[in-house]
Amino acid sequence: MSDRAQHYYVPQPSHWMIFGSAALLCMAAGAAGWLNGWEPGRYIVFAGLAILAFMMARWFGDVVRESEGGKYGRWEDVSFRWGMSWFIFSEVMFFAAFFGALYYTRLLAVPDLGSIDNKLLWPDFAAQWPTAGPVFKDPFTPMAAWGIPALNTLLLLSSGVTVTIAHWALKEGKRAQLALFMLFTVALGVTFLCFQAYEYGHAYSDLNLKLSTGVYGSTFFMLTGFHGFHVTLGTLMLTVILARCLAGHFKPENHFAFEAVAWYWHFVDVVWLGLFIFVYWL
Amino acid sequence: MSAVIDSGHAHDEHRPDGGIMRWVTTTNHKDIGTLYLWFSFTMLLVGGMLALAIRAELFQPGLQFWHPEFFNQLTTMHGLIMVFGAIMPAFVGFANWQVPLMIGAPDMAFARLNNWSFWMLPVAATLLVGSFFVPGGATAAGWTIYAPLSTQMGPGMDLAIFALHIMGASSIMGSINIITTILNMRAPGMTLLRMPLFVWTWLITAYLLIAVMPVLAGAITMLLTDRHFGTSFFNAAGGGDPVMFQHIFWFFGHPEVYIMILPGFGIISQVIPAFSRKPLFGYSSMVYATASIAVLSFIVWAHHMFTVGMPTAGILFFMYATVLIAVPTGVKVFNWLTTMWRGSMSFETPMLFAVGFIFVFTMGGFTGLILAIMPIDIQLQDTYYVVAHFHYVLVAGSLFSLFAGFYFWVPKWTGRMYDEKLGKWHFWLSMIFFNVTFFPMHFLGLAGMPRRIPDYALQFAGFNEIASIGAFGFGLSQILFLWIALKVTVLGQGEKAGQRPWEGADTLEWTHLPSPAPYHSFDEQPVLG
Ligand code: HEM
Ligand SMILES: [Cu+2]
Repeated sequence: MSDRAQHYYVPQPSHWMIFGSAALLCMAAGAAGWLNGWEPGRYIVFAGLAILAFMMARWFGDVVRESEGGKYGRWEDVSFRWGMSWFIFSEVMFFAAFFGALYYTRLLAVPDLGSIDNKLLWPDFAAQWPTAGPVFKDPFTPMAAWGIPALNTLLLLSSGVTVTIAHWALKEGKRAQLALFMLFTVALGVTFLCFQAYEYGHAYSDLNLKLSTGVYGSTFFMLTGFHGFHVTLGTLMLTVILARCLAGHFKPENHFAFEAVAWYWHFVDVVWLGLFIFVYWL
Repeated sequence: MSAVIDSGHAHDEHRPDGGIMRWVTTTNHKDIGTLYLWFSFTMLLVGGMLALAIRAELFQPGLQFWHPEFFNQLTTMHGLIMVFGAIMPAFVGFANWQVPLMIGAPDMAFARLNNWSFWMLPVAATLLVGSFFVPGGATAAGWTIYAPLSTQMGPGMDLAIFALHIMGASSIMGSINIITTILNMRAPGMTLLRMPLFVWTWLITAYLLIAVMPVLAGAITMLLTDRHFGTSFFNAAGGGDPVMFQHIFWFFGHPEVYIMILPGFGIISQVIPAFSRKPLFGYSSMVYATASIAVLSFIVWAHHMFTVGMPTAGILFFMYATVLIAVPTGVKVFNWLTTMWRGSMSFETPMLFAVGFIFVFTMGGFTGLILAIMPIDIQLQDTYYVVAHFHYVLVAGSLFSLFAGFYFWVPKWTGRMYDEKLGKWHFWLSMIFFNVTFFPMHFLGLAGMPRRIPDYALQFAGFNEIASIGAFGFGLSQILFLWIALKVTVLGQGEKAGQRPWEGADTLEWTHLPSPAPYHSFDEQPVLG
């Protein structure tokens, strides 16, 4: 422990967090209203989102200023590393709940619905995956793995490579290469999202595959949608990092914000591989 | 090696501006701990009021006060508010106050995040309590919000879902903070196996929280989409399964009950040695016991689902795994007893609560073992026996340990001694009324009285009457606690406390800091030899 910096930076009182709480109140109360047919609800949700964005911008702005102002040393850096690791672990567990739901339905719930116990109720239900359940009669086509999804796999894997090259560039002080490869990474993320949006449109208009298409539609859209939401967040974070790179932030030996976002991006990448295998392919 | 901590504040006893903004903007772990504690106590009183409304209805058979629908709202909200609003935040409050003091850290690792973790909670509480006033009232699906009941309720259910999301986010952020603080901010020389047990139990609890709160969030997100977006996760017609909700919920739910008791074990493990004037017996076995409880808690969840239907192999597995938890739990109880053995004990209020805890919590552990035996549980599932079990472990366990911790540390927090006489009264009243309330519930459950029903058959009347009387007594005793707490904190009454008012207490906050602990403590990290 002797080599760590001796000053731990404890920030001044700050006004931003209470804005975050106000935002959450608006979003939750507004959404509950909106979902139950109360017209103003949606505007309250949007107001909440705006407040949240404001609060994040100001709060993280403070952190960036402190970081660039040299307030953080090795000791704080270790805190950030632990914090980010545990945060990613919590996200892993979040996805685990949805993957668990997928496995449970495929291995237990659906076979059980086709078992002898339920033959009286649904004599001609064939317990095969994919299924929309014994009652749904609307025919649908499952999403094929080897079109856009395979392409998306390629995109995300390449973005993992580009972000790593950017990282090497940063460590060697090659700023132009850093910016270029960050740009590639962001572009790959955006392309992924465009493809996914296209895929959703395709599912709804051509395949008759919807969120309401029984448990197949539920698990498909929940898993890919939640993942897509994370890719969106990741892309936003990468964009911020790109902007900071352009503004001359980060030093070759000290750039944890960059690394944190790269970790996050790799995490999103790995989750996608799970999705590709278990949602699209098998 | 002494460290100077740049706290971002002026270095002397500079306190932030007075008034409400101090509390809204604070980044100080002590302020935030205080906020957590007052918040959770407020929630305890709110949840307690709901409990008394339940007990008033159950005082006599027949329907006296509430419609059955509203009665179910009462039990549901009582459970949710107590679990997520009272017990969990109270322990986080203790962590905020004590973890930095006990490991010699200047503050929590992420001070602003810490503030936000707290200030999310009043939002969630507003949503929960507010849900009583929306059309259809609050959710009445039970604190376990099983589908398909919970896929059918009105807007109150949505508010509860969002409140749970927010409280979950708060817990995760709080836990990340606590874990990072413990791993990264210990004073030089404070190796992991020299950490006080309270810190250890919180390290493991924080890990459990980060592992299972997201799973709950996933479950209630699926609930939300089933309710409003046409998904079929918990709907057999669409190929889903309502039983899946129970599996996911209890995968969260069982570790959750340990989340609510492990920090309590930690507090008891500080109090017992201090008042026995002996070091804790079997320190490292305590650490390993805590860790194994945490590991085992992930593989016992289906003991809540014995009546749902499972393959026999599954039943046997979950039964044996559950019973296995009794081993590390037993290790703890024996270590506490052995710590007291031939100690020179004294019985101030914290020790009374700690010893009381050992007696009564252990009873709750035994009833848990009985419930873990599947053939017996088939009879007792969803009866008052289960209600008795979990109140023995949660009220006499978690809540009593919180009281013990409060009386133990309040001299360090305020620099004043609480009123010892009133504290003793508080203990005895709580202990007696607790048992008057919950002991009869064992008999009610064994005789078959179902839980969560506002009416009951005549033969249950006697014990219910006793339980209701006990409940009102217990509720009133907590008003006494409110007065004791106000006196020593807000009113600043009580004799001055020295740096180390408990002679057996030997952790850093007693050995290195004056009472009250200064606003910024350990600006210079202590070095442990
Ligand atoms: C020796 C340790 C324990 C064992 C073997 C055990 C076992 C059980 C079993 C088998 C049940 C299910 C009863 C049923 O629904 O039929 C149960 C319920 C419950 N236990 Fe425990 N338990 C133990 C400790 C704890 C602790 C320490 C806590 C909390 C601090 C706790 C809180 C609960 C709660 C809240 C329920 C009821 C959940 C509900 O249905 O609403 N238990 N316990
Ligand atoms: Cu359990």
